[in-house]
Amino acid sequence: MKLRNIFKVSLSIAMLAGLGYAGVALASSKVEHPKHVEWPFDGMTGYLDKQAAQRGFQVYKQVCSACHGMHLVSYRNLAQLGFEEAEIKAIAAEKELEDLDEKGSGERVMRKAKPFDKFVSPFANDDAARTANGGALPPDLSLITKAREEGPSYVYSLLTGFGNPPAGVDVVAGKHYNPYFPGGWLSMAPPLSEGAIEYQDGTKATVDQMAHDVVVFLQWAAEPEMDHRKSMGLKVLIFLALLTGFFWVAKRRVWKNVKH
Amino acid sequence: MQSDSDINNPKKAGSIVEWIEYRLPVFSLLDNVLGSYPAPRNLNYWWNFGSLAGLCLVLQILTGIVLAMHYTPNTAMAFNSVEHIMRDVNYGWLLRYMHAVGASMFFVVVYIHIFRGLYYGSYKYPRELLWWLGLVIYLLMMATAFMGYVLPWGQMSLWGATVITNFFSDLPIVGNMIVEWLRGGFAVDNATLNRFFSLHFVLPFVIVGVVILHIWALHQHGSNNPLGIEVKGPQDTIPFNPYYTIKDMFGIALFLLVYSYFVFFAPNSLGDPANYIPANPMVTPNEIVPEWYFLPFYAILRAIPDKLLGVIFMFAAIILLFFLPWLDGSKVRSARFRPMYKIAFWLLLIDTIVLGWVGKNPPEGSFILIGRLATFWYFFHFLVLLPVIARIEKPLPLPRSISESVLAK
Repeated sequence: MKLRNIFKVSLSIAMLAGLGYAGVALASSKVEHPKHVEWPFDGMTGYLDKQAAQRGFQVYKQVCSACHGMHLVSYRNLAQLGFEEAEIKAIAAEKELEDLDEKGSGERVMRKAKPFDKFVSPFANDDAARTANGGALPPDLSLITKAREEGPSYVYSLLTGFGNPPAGVDVVAGKHYNPYFPGGWLSMAPPLSEGAIEYQDGTKATVDQMAHDVVVFLQWAAEPEMDHRKSMGLKVLIFLALLTGFFWVAKRRVWKNVKH
Repeated sequence: MQSDSDINNPKKAGSIVEWIEYRLPVFSLLDNVLGSYPAPRNLNYWWNFGSLAGLCLVLQILTGIVLAMHYTPNTAMAFNSVEHIMRDVNYGWLLRYMHAVGASMFFVVVYIHIFRGLYYGSYKYPRELLWWLGLVIYLLMMATAFMGYVLPWGQMSLWGATVITNFFSDLPIVGNMIVEWLRGGFAVDNATLNRFFSLHFVLPFVIVGVVILHIWALHQHGSNNPLGIEVKGPQDTIPFNPYYTIKDMFGIALFLLVYSYFVFFAPNSLGDPANYIPANPMVTPNEIVPEWYFLPFYAILRAIPDKLLGVIFMFAAIILLFFLPWLDGSKVRSARFRPMYKIAFWLLLIDTIVLGWVGKNPPEGSFILIGRLATFWYFFHFLVLLPVIARIEKPLPLPRSISESVLAK
């Protein structure tokens, strides 16, 4: 069988598989499918929009971080978003954490966070977080965009999707209706409201804008290597495409006089 | 026999290669395997997937060894140590994505390799042992992949391991003892993670051993070929090098191109997002779904209403393949000359894809019926269809030799 046929067969298998996945999407209709959003980080040439990510960090810091930790991210990592060293030191120093005394006394003391520290979580542990939030545990956001189907659009939809339940749906006391959340009732109150924060770069802080920006920030936090990965990937693909072409020509020349 | 004086003979010790070859004939071994090994001249591109599988194994071992240098097999630290690899180890993300995507690629390649064997009847006399060794490799791969998926200690790691070790609990009398023995405790926990890490590290080297036997058996009677007829003489073959080395190099470059696309641009598309949630024994995920390469077997498991029977059928689906050389009694190997078998082959391929699709979906509504029909067809194909076809099918006339067929084109 020639190469062309191999492509044909692979293509038909891929199409069959695609049909299967389309079926899946139709079958699971209880939860609202995330809104379709085009992100700057999508696709092969997608990139980290640092300006949006910086704004997103501001949203996280001033709103989300009251309840949600990001324990996999260090303050020093913020340099990737374009923050200066002094800014990072200042951001870290806003938080305190418990550590052994620097003098070596063995005492546990509170000290200001430093750039090498991970983001200080708002609660000491999960139990403390639950107690403060009526029994619900606010998830750590370090990997949130990777830990949900269509993560970035899901988080965006959740943040912008609060509303009144449709007629006939029983209200759950102390919870908030959100059709994008599995089950429909979320412990988190709508966290964003128009003008909730004042952006340092003067951008108008609409709910859409803040949701968009914080998703860009969270996507960076989940995949801080993305820019590096994609730029390296393009070079690798170009190299391998050339190599494949080279071996294709070489193979044809070697086999030229062989009937097969 | 050479005398002692020969060893010191300057002529014999003329080159380092000869010096070594005289003491350990490693170069003639390499030449036999990759050099002058006479291969059928008519092998098509489906024969590239053997060498690709070998490449996958090597890449998995190399990336895996480095990952193991940075990974911590402890339930309290495993998840974070994987993120440490992703974030703080130089090119750790590349190693981990190569390893995770590489596992999927390995299965893609091996599945194509297996279906190629099915289409061209590569399992028939005198290659039954070669086929068996391949199946043993496949079983070892499944065990290795399953245990590897547990290591990041995400939700799917924990719950996948729980479901799969639970398979054995319905065995009469000894069931629970076996489950506890496998887990090293009452639940999937630190003891389980530690032993899985140990086994995940060592099994690939066992695979290497079986691969060597697989290649050894291959070289005993040589490769099968698209015509499925035996090599009759030197006119039917060409030396492996340069012809198949260059063809394999082309295949490898093309494979790496596809592999790299996934590693760099869609590294998580083949995995489950839930595995980026740390393992939590108190929270069961809505759906526990295995990796895509296990889905057809998962569908068979769920198609049978009884749990123990489901497990038995699932294992039987693979064990069955060991009997294939006798279930398919036709003397003609290649489906090219077997009009009825050819149809059965494509139906089986579609059937396994349907099974995979059913395995991906929750067992409700029409999926239950489709899953049962597809499961029935899988066993019907091997146990009824193949033996019957072998009896009633009239094969097309076979060419007299490979060279005759090739020169007639």
